[in-house]
Amino acid sequence: MIWNEKMECMSREEMTALQDERLVKLVKYVYDNVEYYRNKMDKCGVKPEDIKGVCDITKLPYTTKDDLRDTYPFGLFAAPHSDIVRIHASSGTTGKATVVGYTQNDIDMWSECVARCMSMAGVTKDDIIQVAYGYGLFTGGLGAHYGAEKLGAMVVPMSTGNSKKLTTMMVDFGATAIACTPSYLLHLSEVLRDEGLLDKIKLKAAVCGAEPWTEKMRREIETRLNITAHDIYGLSEIMGPGVACDCEHHEGLHICEDYFYPEIIDSKTLEPVSDGETGELVFTTLTKEGIPLIRYRTKDLTSITREKCKCGRTSVRISRFKGRSDDMLIIRGVNVFPSQVEAALINVEEVTPHYMMIVDRENNLDTLEIQVEVDSKYYTDEIKGIEKLTKKIAGVIQSALGISAKIKLMGPNSLKRSEGKAVHVIDNRKLY
Amino acid sequence: MTVNQVSVFIENRQGRLGEVLSVLKENDVNILSISLADTTEYGLLRLIVNKPEYAKEVLLSAGFSTMLTEVLIIKVPHVAGALQDILSEIAQANISIEYMYGLSVEANDASIVMKTNQLSDACQVLKNKNIGTMTEKEIESL
Repeated sequence: MIWNEKMECMSREEMTALQDERLVKLVKYVYDNVEYYRNKMDKCGVKPEDIKGVCDITKLPYTTKDDLRDTYPFGLFAAPHSDIVRIHASSGTTGKATVVGYTQNDIDMWSECVARCMSMAGVTKDDIIQVAYGYGLFTGGLGAHYGAEKLGAMVVPMSTGNSKKLTTMMVDFGATAIACTPSYLLHLSEVLRDEGLLDKIKLKAAVCGAEPWTEKMRREIETRLNITAHDIYGLSEIMGPGVACDCEHHEGLHICEDYFYPEIIDSKTLEPVSDGETGELVFTTLTKEGIPLIRYRTKDLTSITREKCKCGRTSVRISRFKGRSDDMLIIRGVNVFPSQVEAALINVEEVTPHYMMIVDRENNLDTLEIQVEVDSKYYTDEIKGIEKLTKKIAGVIQSALGISAKIKLMGPNSLKRSEGKAVHVIDNRKLY
Repeated sequence: MTVNQVSVFIENRQGRLGEVLSVLKENDVNILSISLADTTEYGLLRLIVNKPEYAKEVLLSAGFSTMLTEVLIIKVPHVAGALQDILSEIAQANISIEYMYGLSVEANDASIVMKTNQLSDACQVLKNKNIGTMTEKEIESL
């Protein structure tokens, strides 16, 4: 089902005209309301009048996570605080979170996008959907929730952390759809199997996102649960889940391009690459009021196609993600930068600056082990001393990353020193 | 009165203990007593050896987290109840014991290695009660 045929099936000419009009308005709005952007544009010698449409977008400077960090918390907000109705936040690269704000119009737009995505997965007002993303500062829970409500579905706000309750309610309520991370859904399929509930569920569709997953994993989920599973994409800086999603043909993710103008660039030269070529995905939020971003570098690697899809939608599609152009990890749906671990460990005087993160997947759930070397003057020969130190480090890491990690103390010089660029991560999951 | 114990922190992986022991063997260090406290992740190896300072040096240079810990080696008469008598004196003086293990070098002799964080108090109690301890010298000669 197509939620908004007018916008999703628009001709290329009409879409470009709409994007032109929205971009011109956006650039002026941003220039007038965000000092940081005004300075940035002045520095590049570009004025709002120079932007007459999307063909001029390359004249504008890029935005990165660092810009959000430098203006923490509200420096990039374009709307007055009285118009902001919601805040979300995600991991920054070092300690400080990346904060985003939404006006009521932004929330409405977001709900519209999620409703479109859920429609691509075949979810309708007649469905009962369990939202099993975390509710809170993370955009997953509330984003999916508002979208599903907009759709008119019966929404069950499960949040995360209680698989037993979730599977019980899935059966008792006759839930027909679920929104959660793909790895969690695989885990749930095992819980359902172990409890002998697989033939008692009425599930038919899943909208999975917040972490990269492979086509193989999608088919695994579909076979195990006898459902159709869809890939929903988004990032808090741009909005949250709902920026793009794949339809029943699973040939790329349709971008809500009337709201988010995509570009693919070479992450080294920063020059645009042609359609079909892999590069870094860049978004300009065409209508956002709270925190509009111009040419935001997502660091996600993908390619785009503008061919019309078999489903009838004309919107531009991105391929499955092929990796990241930075070292960000997504662990249990949470963005994690190795630099955050480094920054956290600096405050623990008992350990050396050497560490290694080992990411793996056990029973379809992500695990993170952090190996740290204890400074030799802090060794104790009592178990309780070692345990106390382990607990202290675990606490520091948990509060820095927002996820728990297993801490493993290592002897001196036991972690490999690398020549040149240090390697701090071993990711044993095969996500791309 | 106290003796230096060699404590080694080892990650819990196969062969690690053997690596420590072979360093000691190569350097002709004699082990008089050994205790291994283990958890799922790591082990704490505690050793009474004839040359503790030297053992620490060779282990450190072989890359092991090694330290010396002052402990008491208390001589215990080889009769039933002897250990209980000693420990009750220590308990009465409100001294807590972190850990202990046995040491025996001859058929008729028994000792316990004891770690406490109230060393001087413990020494005082042992002295007052005339309870014998082993000295560094005695250990070296073994």
